[in-house]
Amino acid sequence: MTLLKRITSSKLFWPIAMLLALLVIDVIAFPGFFTIQIREGALYGSVIDILRNGSPTLMIAIGMTLVIATQGIDLSVGSVCAIAGAVAAAIILGSPNPDSVGTTIVAIGTAIAVSLVLGIWNGALVAVIGIQPIVATLILMTAGRGIAMLITKGQIITVSSDAFRYLGSGVIFGVPFAVVAAAVTVAFAGLLTRRTALGLFIESTGINARASRMAGIRARGLLILVYVFCALCSAVAGLILTSSQTAADANNTGLFIELDAILAVVIGGTSLMGGRYSLWGTVVGALVIQTLVTTVYTVGIPPIVTMVFKAAVVAAVCLLQSPKTAEYLNAWRRRRVLRTEVAAS
Amino acid sequence: MTLTRTQPESTPGTIARSARGLHSIRDVFTNPKYGPVIVTGLLLVGMFIYGMSQYRGFTNPQIVVNLLIDNAHLVVLAVGMTFVILTAGIDLSVGAVLALATMMTASMAQSGLPAGVIIPLILVSTTVLGLLVGVMVHYFDIQPFIATLAAMFLARGLCYVISAKSISIEAPFFTMMGQTRLRVFGLSITPSVIVAVLVVIIAVILLRYTRFGRTVYAIGGSEASSTLMGLPVARTKVLVYAISGFCSGLAGVLYTFYTLSGYALTAVGTELDAIAAVVIGGTLLTGGYGSVLGSVLGVLVLGTIQTLITFDGTLTSWWTKIFIGALLLIFIVLQKVLTLRRG
Repeated sequence: MTLLKRITSSKLFWPIAMLLALLVIDVIAFPGFFTIQIREGALYGSVIDILRNGSPTLMIAIGMTLVIATQGIDLSVGSVCAIAGAVAAAIILGSPNPDSVGTTIVAIGTAIAVSLVLGIWNGALVAVIGIQPIVATLILMTAGRGIAMLITKGQIITVSSDAFRYLGSGVIFGVPFAVVAAAVTVAFAGLLTRRTALGLFIESTGINARASRMAGIRARGLLILVYVFCALCSAVAGLILTSSQTAADANNTGLFIELDAILAVVIGGTSLMGGRYSLWGTVVGALVIQTLVTTVYTVGIPPIVTMVFKAAVVAAVCLLQSPKTAEYLNAWRRRRVLRTEVAAS
Repeated sequence: MTLTRTQPESTPGTIARSARGLHSIRDVFTNPKYGPVIVTGLLLVGMFIYGMSQYRGFTNPQIVVNLLIDNAHLVVLAVGMTFVILTAGIDLSVGAVLALATMMTASMAQSGLPAGVIIPLILVSTTVLGLLVGVMVHYFDIQPFIATLAAMFLARGLCYVISAKSISIEAPFFTMMGQTRLRVFGLSITPSVIVAVLVVIIAVILLRYTRFGRTVYAIGGSEASSTLMGLPVARTKVLVYAISGFCSGLAGVLYTFYTLSGYALTAVGTELDAIAAVVIGGTLLTGGYGSVLGSVLGVLVLGTIQTLITFDGTLTSWWTKIFIGALLLIFIVLQKVLTLRRG
């Protein structure tokens, strides 16, 4: 009983239950769901697909978790994805030997440097000028697509570099590179914020920025750092997306990915009000979203209807998390108990 | 809402008088109620003067009317968004709800329902959707951002449930509404413009002269105080989202007059245009200050940027996005400065 209670009262209980439920549906609809094959030294299977396709969202969601923990939000991640992809593609296109590893490293390095600047921009708007995060990042979200278009000159740039293609389709010990990158991101964020006091500082800034400043936490630098980290995650995700599409599309790379990332964070149990955050929750949340998409495919529902399911999930999760719901339920339960007592007497 | 400021007392002479004159000019600009609107108005006039000096076609008054014709749906969206932002909320679902309205209109027109049934049906259903969002926001304390996000997903998803392909509308009523040109003062306008203008007038009256309107401003000023004053906060907050839903539905109907089709991917990102128009129009995102007429000015500024870029011809269309982003930044920083001065 106590063990059961401890399990159900865990913050991760509902997300994991949702994930398991989806997986059960998948196995019923498609019995070979969990089979993993090894072909040409790479792993193949539905589960691997979920991990690979979900990794860009997961990476961004990790950055977003830290931003949300400071009571912020970053809407510009999709635009940063597009800009990073556009920068890398433009450099590779303009170089004399696009297939060389050197060119690719320069392209990736430049894209990441650009993303750091964008992160500092967001962070400065929020931390120095003091604009609400939604609005501050809305600016880059709107202008960012225009900047990406400017870099690609309004065209979809096809990237034909073999070295660059490794980001999206390469494998390390059979595991797709994208999955490894996502795992490294999670590990990095985990080590950085949970093995040092940084995570505590982030949480305390999110709970009460003023009190934390009084306690000697330099909130300004911390906020900028968090937005820079989020932009960095977005850039890496954008590069992986661009590489796996083998094209930089300023309009569509990372479109709506900010919504998926926020959704992953919310499903994972991190409150949008800031404060306590859970990186593992976000990992589970991102997996839930990607599994939901895959499930919709497997069951045979037209894939574009996924958005209706996402809407249902957002609404359900928010209603479940809302303290008001618990209040209403408690009041209802109390009234019922009273009524039965009255009826019995 | 009005702050009394101690006037610099009776220093005789012209210096003091001119200083007082400067003060009052500064007061007008730093007043959160009018300052941003005046700046937007000046910007609009400036853009027009620039346009007229550069391109001969710009002097034609039809240009202004064309702005309204091309942006009638955006005007209606911005009006709804103004109500929401005045209460310090935000509505991300407007673009998706607009698309849903075009899809519903198109599919119902295809199945032969008369326009007299279709349009009321759409307006009612989008209002109900807005109402549900309002209930989520108020009664369940879910942040407006995330509640309207759910509505956005729902509306876009439902678009695809209706059809993934574009549906064209051939019903005579819609083609008539799309092609009719009315002559007013020698300018040709569409029925959509009249609808949009009517919506603006009704919204201005609602916000300025009714109890409901005052409550909207009061909630934006301080929700806690409004509750303590006994104002109907719950009803007003839910209604505001319902109004935004209604406006999105109406904007969708106007959009079908304009494009004569329904398509699931129409108006992606329009919510940002609407928010940008409202912010540029001087409504504070923290609620409490702003006006519908300001938002209309904001829409006109966005439209003029587009027109200028079209006239220029050498600048490519993606500059529009960068310009809008830059303007947003300027106006938000301006708002920040203004609220700091007052705070």
